[in-house]
Parts: sequence; C-alpha cells; structure tokens
Amino acid sequence: MSDYSALQTEIEAEIAAASDLTALDAVRVSALGKTGRISGLLKTLGALPPEERKATGAAINAVRDQVQAALDARKDVLEAEHLTKRLESERVDLSLPSAPRAKGGVHPTMQVMDEMIAIFADMGFEVAEGPDIEDDFHNFTALNFPEKHPAREMHDTFFFNPGADGTRKLLRTHTSPVQIRTMISGKPPFRLIVPGRVFRNDSDQTHTPMFHQIEGLVIDKTIHMGHLKWVFDTFIARFFETDKVITQFRPHHFPFTEPSAEMDVRYTRNGNELKIGDGDKWMEILGSGMVHPNVLTACGIDPNEYQGFAFGMGVDRLAMLKYGVPDLRDMFAADTRWLNHYGFSGFSAPNSASGLS
Amino acid sequence: MKFSLSWLKDHLDTDADIHAVANAMTMAGLEVEDIHDPAKLLKPFTVAKVISAAQHPNADRLQVLQVDTVDGRKEIVCGAPNARAGLTTIYAPIGAYVPGLDVTLVEKPVRGVVSNGMMCSASELQLSDESDGILELSDDLAVGTPAAVVFGAEPVIDFEVTPNRPDWLGVHGIARDLAAAGLGAFKDKAIEPVKGTFPSPISVKVDGDACPYFSGRVIRGVTNGPSPKWLQDKLTSIGLKPISTLVDITNYLSFDRARPLHVYDVKKLSGNVIEAVVGKDWRILWHYNGIPITGSPPARLFDALDGSKYILTPDMCVIADTENGKLRPIGIGGIMGGMSTGVSDDTTDVFLECAWFDPIRTAQTGRDTKITSDALYRFARGVDPESVVPGLELATRLILDLCGGEASDIVVEGAPPARRADVTFDPAYVGQLTGLEVPYEQIETILTALGFGVTKGTPWTVSVPSFRRDVDGKADLVEEVARIYGFNKIPSTPLPTVAPKNGGVLTPQQARARTARRALAAFGYSEAVTWSFMRQDWAKLFGGGDDTLVLANPIASELNCMRPSVLPNLLEAAGRNAAKGFAGAQLFEIGPVYFGDEPNDQKTVISAIKAPAKTRHWSAVGEDALFALKSDLIRLLEEINVPVASLQLVQGSNTAHWHPGRSARLQLGPKQVLAEFGELHPSVLKTLDLDGAYVGFEIRLDLLPQPKAKSGKSKGALTISNLMPLTRDFAFVAEDALVAGDLVRAIKGADKALISDAQVFDIYTGAGVAEGHKSVAVEVTLTPQDKTLTDADIEAVSQKIIAAAQKAGATLRS
Repeated sequence: MSDYSALQTEIEAEIAAASDLTALDAVRVSALGKTGRISGLLKTLGALPPEERKATGAAINAVRDQVQAALDARKDVLEAEHLTKRLESERVDLSLPSAPRAKGGVHPTMQVMDEMIAIFADMGFEVAEGPDIEDDFHNFTALNFPEKHPAREMHDTFFFNPGADGTRKLLRTHTSPVQIRTMISGKPPFRLIVPGRVFRNDSDQTHTPMFHQIEGLVIDKTIHMGHLKWVFDTFIARFFETDKVITQFRPHHFPFTEPSAEMDVRYTRNGNELKIGDGDKWMEILGSGMVHPNVLTACGIDPNEYQGFAFGMGVDRLAMLKYGVPDLRDMFAADTRWLNHYGFSGFSAPNSASGLS
Repeated sequence: MKFSLSWLKDHLDTDADIHAVANAMTMAGLEVEDIHDPAKLLKPFTVAKVISAAQHPNADRLQVLQVDTVDGRKEIVCGAPNARAGLTTIYAPIGAYVPGLDVTLVEKPVRGVVSNGMMCSASELQLSDESDGILELSDDLAVGTPAAVVFGAEPVIDFEVTPNRPDWLGVHGIARDLAAAGLGAFKDKAIEPVKGTFPSPISVKVDGDACPYFSGRVIRGVTNGPSPKWLQDKLTSIGLKPISTLVDITNYLSFDRARPLHVYDVKKLSGNVIEAVVGKDWRILWHYNGIPITGSPPARLFDALDGSKYILTPDMCVIADTENGKLRPIGIGGIMGGMSTGVSDDTTDVFLECAWFDPIRTAQTGRDTKITSDALYRFARGVDPESVVPGLELATRLILDLCGGEASDIVVEGAPPARRADVTFDPAYVGQLTGLEVPYEQIETILTALGFGVTKGTPWTVSVPSFRRDVDGKADLVEEVARIYGFNKIPSTPLPTVAPKNGGVLTPQQARARTARRALAAFGYSEAVTWSFMRQDWAKLFGGGDDTLVLANPIASELNCMRPSVLPNLLEAAGRNAAKGFAGAQLFEIGPVYFGDEPNDQKTVISAIKAPAKTRHWSAVGEDALFALKSDLIRLLEEINVPVASLQLVQGSNTAHWHPGRSARLQLGPKQVLAEFGELHPSVLKTLDLDGAYVGFEIRLDLLPQPKAKSGKSKGALTISNLMPLTRDFAFVAEDALVAGDLVRAIKGADKALISDAQVFDIYTGAGVAEGHKSVAVEVTLTPQDKTLTDADIEAVSQKIIAAAQKAGATLRS
C-alpha cells in the first residue's frame, strides 16, 4: 500500500508544480497515459493472484481517481490563470481615437425646404418645378408687370445679352413664372408648390444674389383670402414648432396679385444669434395675394369662374429665423465649420410623426 | 420717403402719436422702415455754458473745461478746437448714450484728468452728417434747456412706397388714406386760383404723348433768398437741404403734394416760347455756349442743375426755348432743369412750369442718364395729371406769399390723359375675394373717403379719381376696401380638405434627389449650396462658358456665367476652407447646371468632392481616397435604386477636366453617361489654385434609369438557396493593360446560375510574373441552387471560368 501512497504523493506534487496547461498535460500523460505510472500499475493486476486483485485493484483505482481529481482541479486553476493572463495581454487603450470619419450634414436651407414640402404635402399641395433661365413673358409680362414699369426695375433682374432676335433671357426673379407655366399647360383646380432658386442683383446681410423660394398656388372656384390666411397660420405654427412666433399680415403691392399682402415675423439679433419671438424688428418672409384677373386671363383661365391665391416664401430667411442664422450670405459660403454647426443629420428627414426637426 | 408728424398734421387732424401713425400706415399698405424719434435720443442732452478753458496738462490737443451744466459745475476734458470760455453748447452727462458715436459715456480719466461728461458736436447728436467741433448755440439759451427744445426735433417716419401708389409720394395723399382708415379727419382744403394781373409773355407748347399737358405763368418782381424757418425746418426734417425760397417751394410741393414743378429765371430765357420736344437730333440742332456744333460728342452734352453733363437723345422729352432761331435745351422733362436758366438770389422774374410727363418715357430717360431726382421718381411712377393747374396755383400762392411779386395769367396747352374707366362693381365681390363681411354702406364710405365716386345700382358704378391710375378693375377696388377695413379682420378659413396624393407628391427625380442628399450626408459629406453662376473661364474648363450663358449685368465679374458643372464651385469652396486651415473638406451639392438657355437645357446633378487631407492615425490604417470615393459613389447609386450591376465602367474617355488615367465614367452605353468620377486634372486644379489631389464625382440625375414598376410596390418573391455557398480562388496572369473589371465580368458570365460573385483580392507583379504582365487573384463564390456540388461539378465550372478568363486575355497562373 505504501507504494501507492508514495506514488500518489509524488504525482500530486508534480501536479501542484505544473505551472501551465502543457506541463499539467505532461503530468497527466506520465500518470494516466497509456504508459503512465498508474496505468502501469493497473497492468500489473493481471499478474496478481485472484484473491489480491480486488483489493489491490481498488487501491490503485482510488489512487487513479484522486490523481484525476487533482489534475482536474489544477486544470481549472491553470485555465483561470491562463484566461486572466490572456485578458491582461489583450487589453487595449480605448481612449485612443477611432479611425476618423467625416461628419456630413444636410444644408439648413435644404432641410427647411424638405420641412416645408412635408407641411404642404399634408395640406394636399403637389410639387412643380420650372427653369431658372426664363424669358420676359413668363417672369414679367404674363404676371401683369406693365412694360417698362418701375415694378420691373425693382426686381434687380439679372439679364443675359440679347440674342439674334433682339430678345434677352433673364434669371427668374421669383418662382412665379412656374405658376404661369403650370396654369397654361394644365387645367384648374390647382393646388401646388414650386421650390427653387431665384436671383436678384443684390447683396447684404439679408439679401444675396441667389436665394430660394417656395411658390404656392391654389386656384378653384371659391378660394378667398381667408383661406390664404389659414394656410399661413397653419404653416407658421407647424413650421416654427412653437407658439411664440409673432407675425404681421399687411397689405402690399405686387402686379400679379390683387389684393396683395406680405407677412413679417418678429425677431431680434443678439450679436451672432438671431431669435424669433421678441425684439422690435420685422423680417419679411413672404409675399402673397389673390391671383390678378389679368394673370388668370393670360393663362387662359376665366377669372369670372376661377379665383385663388398665390404666395412666395423665402426659404433661406425662414431657415435663418427658425435656426438662428445671423447672416444670409454665410448660407452660400460653404465654410465647413458653418456647415457642421448649422447642418442636419442625414437621418433627420422631416416628417410629421417625429416633428419636423 | 419721409415725413415728420407735424407735416402730416398739416393734412390730417389727429391726436395719434408717431407709433399709432406708423402702425396705421403699415396696415394701409405703406411699409414703414424706421421711426426716428430724435426727442427720445436727445433726452439726456441739455444746454451748458463753458466758464473757462485751460490747456490739458498732458496733452497738446486737449483742454480742460469748467462747465456750468444742469448738474452743476463740471470739469470736462474736450478735444474740440472751438471749445472756449463763454461758449454755449450741449452737455452729455456720464451714463448718456451718444447716438452718433454709439457709445454710453463712462467716467474715466483722459490722459490723467477725469472728464465728468462730454461736450457734443452736431454729428454726435445725429443732427447732421458732418460737423467741425462742438455745437455753438445762441447765448440766450439757459443752462439746462433740453436739446430737444433747442433743435425743435420732432419724430420722423421713414417708409417705402410701392410703385403702384405715386399719390403716396406726397404727405397729402397719405393723409387721405389714413383718414379713410379712421386715424383722423382729412384736411382737403380747396385750392384758390390766383388771378393773373397781366398776360403771360411766355407761352408753352406740348408734344404728343411725351408731354400732353403743360401749364405755366410768369411771376415778376419776386425776391429770392433763404426761405423762412418753417419751410427750412420742414425740408431739413426729412433730410432735404434748403437752397432758396423758390427752389424750396418746388421741393416742398414735391413732397407735400407729390407735385413736382420747375422755376426758370425769365431773364435767362431766350425767345418767348417754352416747349416740350421729342424726337429731335440734338447733335445738329443744339448750339453749345453759343457756338453751333454739329456731330462731335461734346455738342450733345446738357449742363443739368446737378452740375453734371448729360447726352440728350431723340428719345428724351426735352424742354427747350429758342435761341437764334434754333431750339436750345433748358431741361430734361420731368427730371431736371438746366444750369443756363436756373434761378439765383438775383432772380426777379420767374416762369413757373407745371406739366405732366409720360411715366414710361421719363423712367427710361432716368435709366439712360442714371439721373436720380425727386421729380423723376414721381413722374416715372405717375403724377396726378389733373394736378397740373391746381399745382401751379398752389405754387403761385406760396411764391407770392414768400417772395412777393405779381402773377400773370396762366398759359395751358394740351389736356390731361383720360381718367381710368369707371369700374362696374358688385360689392359682394369684396366678400367673394377676401372672405370679409363688410357692410355695403361701409364699402361705400371707404371708397368715397379714398376719392372714388360711387353710384349705387345693380351693380355699382365706381369712378376712379385722377390720382389713382393704378386702379383698373374690380379686384383693385376689393383691395382698397380690404386694406382700409383691415387685413387683420380677414377670417382664417380652412382650405377645403384634399386627400394627400397616393404615393406622395414628389416626382421620382425629386424623391431620388432627396434620398441622395440624406445618403451623402450620412456618408460624411457636407451639403453646400453654391451660386448658379461662376467665372466664365472656369466654366470653359468644365465644358461650358458659352457666351449665351454670360450675364450682361453680373453682380461681380467672377460670377458672370451660368455653371456647366457644380464641381468648380465645390473645389473652390474646399480650397477656401483649406486656406483657412481646414483641409480635407468633403462637400456635395445637388443642384442645377446649365447647358443652354432653353428650359430643357437645365439639368440637375449630384456632385461631390473630397479635398486632400493629411490624416494621420495612430493605427496607421488609411484608405485610398480615390477608391473610397468610388465606394461612396456606388453605394449612393444603390441607395437611389440605380441597377449598378448593369452599368459599364469606362476609363479613358472622360471629359477634359478629369485626370485621364485616374478617372472613369459609369454609363449605360456611350450615349447615356450617368456619372463621371475620379481625380481632377492637375492643370485644372492648378488654374483653380488648389494643391494636392482632389477627387470627386458628378451624377446626371435626369439620365439615371427609372426602376421598372412592373408589379407596383411589390419587391417580388425572394429566391434563396438553403445550400452553403463555397469559394474558390484563381490566379490569372494577364498583360498590364487588362482591365480587372473586364476579367471579373467575364468570370461572372461563365456560369450565371452558379457564380454569385467574383472579387479581385490581389494584384501582383514581380518575380515569377513576366515583364509587362500582372497576376490577378480572384475569389469566386459559387452558390448551389438545387443540389450540393460534387467535385465533378466544381471542376466543370472551374474549367468554364478558366476558359472565360482565357477569352478575356488572362491565363491561369501555373
């Protein structure tokens, strides 16, 4: 018996001394492997007299089981140690920066354009478009601008050089020519908006030689100015997403509408920030009115049967007011710092479920 | 235009303050730009007397004054050269806001001496634009008298008049509208004619439509000189400079009645006829300084009262007298008189002109000569034709009152143009067009108050006053009623509901632009919005720059041509950012380009650029900018449902602004080039003053194929195999010139059912590969459809792949 306990002690010492899983496996093989020491003892059983075999066998098996148990226990310890070491070795400094990825964004004017389209789409408006390079007929004459009238001059029009036939093209000064194109080619009723670029030879804090308008046109048999006012009230409330907006709806003059009106929004400028809701300044955001009977007639529509309103809103100015942009000119400067500050995530597409912005 | 509150009260009996007036004007349709209330600004300032003035101990140009002020004796440091003992001037205490300097005074030492306030100049109080030194006031003024009292400062409203309302270019006309709006009572006093005491020795002649109505008279024995204080105060209150009584009277009536007039010095006139002339060739007819000149340009110059010389043309309506039997220009009708016949302090006899000039011709002459004058401004918009004789009488009365003298009979030629036709008007139209419910009596009251004549009946007949030539239909009358009744009373009325359109309101192209915008923003590009115009020479570099697309009146010479591409604008912007220290801009724009001036020549493009950036990262991983851009382009096209797999990539035939070896196009055949991308040509970048390699793409939105809408919105059935895909690698050797994309396409085509993908994963040249050749390693993915592939199946497809590659010019590497 002492032979076995000595062997067991020896092996258990070896197990305890095994410093890693490879060493431990070597001990296992030398003890329990095919030619291992305990396996060797078991092989001697067959040579023993039958009466000794049982007791001897039991004793060897007990040693084997205890060695196995010691091996397993040591293995658990070594595996745990190994894992700890691995985890230690795999540590990285996550404070290091990830690979740089540029932050993109949607331009505030375009974001606002999408917001406006979302609002008007909900009100049943369709979207039409027209060319930036226009002729005198669509930009002025059909819109009831008298020839050579000061009202034409006030538009600060960009002209091209006269062509061979003496006529000169121009850059549209408003999106209203699309009203004409739509009414000439279609049949009433109409309920549409026209987003697009417009051009005026002018530049200061709230004027740029190019800016964006959304034109609106509603023509049917009983449309009146009260409807126009409702569209603005509804639009302003939905667009600004606040009830702090103070507006002013006042008479004005446009050759192509009669009666005509403009709407202003009250704002204040604090250094580099523009805020709506207080202050003593008005920013004009839209011109509007009942489509002039002469315009309807020019488009082949009987003004005694149909009537309606048109409006033109300054998209960039609405963006300035809503998002506090102090200077219109920056909108077109493509300064990346400005674009990052005032831009919008590509994923924030305006929709009426989550709010517009 | 401007007026002061007291001026308005000449024509309107009202207790309203300046703000109530401004508000009523706004709601009547006059755009108020500013309310200038000097009394408010002048509140802190009072009269003070300088008791003594001593040299400042530490500064040559400064004095230390002892001043008696409303706050007692003060020591004040002053730099004005005219500061001296005994001077009566204006004192600003510490804490006062000085409008002309835009500062609030604080107590601080000036070169070591504390100044307890400030002595003010006229410009510091915004009383004048310029001033030499501090104000010098009458010694009669008591210390402490408010500055507002001293200067009689009264509030002034600055406003804009829309071009349809020339009658609002006179205070009288505005008073009429404000009275109609209920602000007070209109003082519309009848104008008393002045009876002439002798026949006018000078007669007038008209010329057709240019000047159809001309009146005048001689007034002799006048005394000219500075005008009385009340008149000077009126003119200065609105920023006009008093000149002499005769001139001030005509300026006053221009602003008071929107009625320009002109006075000639009779002694300087030649002949006894003044006529309006159109269509004359002044080069031949005109004598210059008494010397008849024909032809050469100086002969056509006219010395106008503004001190400038102008070229007269046959298109202008010229006022002329007769000298040596020939016409001599003495004025440009309705715009400006001439130096030769202007009045002076020595003038004793005048001819007073009151006429009506055609608005269109007057406006055109104004544009041609670039003259701006208050008369031109009014005649171009349309002066009341029936104010010709009343205006003459009113001016005569003022001249007689202020300058003395006696008036001749009046001479009148021609007749005023006909009034606007009466309007047939159903008062129900007010409600129909505006939604307002205005009682008919009130409609009548409003129209009458505005000067219209109402004859009730079914329908009404409304006559239009001579000063309202803008009114020519029933909609105009509705506007009159609505703006006076109040736009704020228009009831907000919901639009009849229209169900939103099935499938949304955007066209497929609009919807694509919208998706592309959001995709590119998500890919890390910042959206820019840049001008539609650019420099013509740059436009030429990018395939445009045609003269038909050059603006005749650009806002700046570098913004003179419609753009053929958005890329130059984005590149320039990226360069601008880099110059400010922000390299590596990634910008995009979705917007128009212009290939001609017809509507269909305008196309929408999606353009993006990446500027070179020195990005350094601790992990040393970097990516090739050109292929990163290609990846963005392909992903973008996938996002907007372009069938990317069926696009051809063609290299070597891009337009000239691209780097020939580092750019390519994506096309559906040579006539449908959807996009070009790559690196910009180095010489283009040099012209744009850009350093380094800029890459970009430009997609023609209009040329992208529309996805086929065979089965509506259904995406169709999904067929997926339950069998595992497997991959096999092949290495081929081919000449360097072989385009990898062609090899991959050939391989994919070898067995379309089985081969689901093929990707180049290595390109190798060097040892083991012949000179001028390369090894291309391709991983081919096989996706079994109905049964597991046997070794024989795989071998068979491998042979097909090798054969296809062979045909494409690549041999299996042995």
